[in-house]
Amino acid sequence: MDKNRRDFLKIAGATTLAGIGGPTVVERLISGSSPAQARAGHGTESADHGSVTHAATSEHGGKDRPTGKRLGMVVDLRQLKKHPELMEKITRACHAEHNVPHFPNRKDEIKWIWATEFDKAFTEHSNYYKDTLTISNEVLVFCNHCDEPPCVKACPTRATFKTKDGIVAMDYHRCIGCRFCMAACPYGSRSFNWRDPRGGLDMNHINRHFPTRMRGVVEKCNFCAERVGLGKQPKCVEVCGSTRAMIFGDLNDPSSEIRKVLKENFTIQRKPSAGTHPSVFYIV
Amino acid sequence: MYDGGKIIPGLIIFVLFITFPVWYNRGNAEAVPQPELPKHFKECVLPQADMRAKHMQLLNQWRDEVLRNGDWGFDVKIGNAKYQKSLMNTCMHCHTSKKKFCDRCHAYASVKPYCWDCHFTPVE
Repeated sequence: MDKNRRDFLKIAGATTLAGIGGPTVVERLISGSSPAQARAGHGTESADHGSVTHAATSEHGGKDRPTGKRLGMVVDLRQLKKHPELMEKITRACHAEHNVPHFPNRKDEIKWIWATEFDKAFTEHSNYYKDTLTISNEVLVFCNHCDEPPCVKACPTRATFKTKDGIVAMDYHRCIGCRFCMAACPYGSRSFNWRDPRGGLDMNHINRHFPTRMRGVVEKCNFCAERVGLGKQPKCVEVCGSTRAMIFGDLNDPSSEIRKVLKENFTIQRKPSAGTHPSVFYIV
Repeated sequence: MYDGGKIIPGLIIFVLFITFPVWYNRGNAEAVPQPELPKHFKECVLPQADMRAKHMQLLNQWRDEVLRNGDWGFDVKIGNAKYQKSLMNTCMHCHTSKKKFCDRCHAYASVKPYCWDCHFTPVE
């Protein structure tokens, strides 16, 4: 076969073009036919366009939420003010239920749910001259089970993840204790087990149906996944009882009780500008 | 062969040295462990041979199904009873002694599973 320089250059040029352009064309075609897949591939992009993507995924029930359920909580701070002993009771009940250890040294502290000052919970309300009630009121804080959880994005082992019910859950078997999730969480909802948690537990008074954690893993509130999975209410909600200081339910179900409460009351969220879309709402 | 008088005894010593654990421990083999089976329950999740060979895979599968898929319900049927997919609440419900059941084989096989770092063993 006769080959001259001119033919060789033509073939080489065409092959280079096909090699560079081909994959791009194919990618365009694929992303054109299914936008959901294209979105899944651009995690960082969806964070930038937070509200837009958020609306789209919850309406169409994104791939990661097949049932379209999104569990959430409303905390009624007025009720907690009315029953001053309740916050302490809730905290104690939750920590007993989940074998959360108590260490006197604050650096070793493990918390799933706790009371904090208004200023610390709602840092974006930077009003120097708050009313006395707000200043004296304490706020019950715990994991927000965000719709766009930054901890899940930070986790290198997928030890923390979002379940189909919208709970930001932990698989302690996979946690390597890198604490990226703690750095990523804007709410400080996560605690690291610097010590063996059993050292901070009274082993005669533990819940033998729920495990402890081990040294070197990060832990946090699990929205009582083990209770909700059996159709029960979370422990904190159960403790509140008839005071209805905490209301739990499916935010995506328009007929749920929590949606009714949200419709009738003005609620605020913690650090909404972080774009995490918390599933926990506060009635102040 | 040059220096055969040194090489052959040397080889024999070498082979004896390498096989030392085999002939030194001959006849000292420990009895095959006999884990104590529950007295009041006869059926397990899978047939005995499968449980013996695959219980670790089953536990991992249960873990993933419960934690990842939210499969908390009482879906495991053994006879007429229904159980959760749970090591602490289901396995140890019948196998009430870790020492007499789990540990016997695990010690024999020198396996050290990390289950009990977090999960509770039944009170013995």
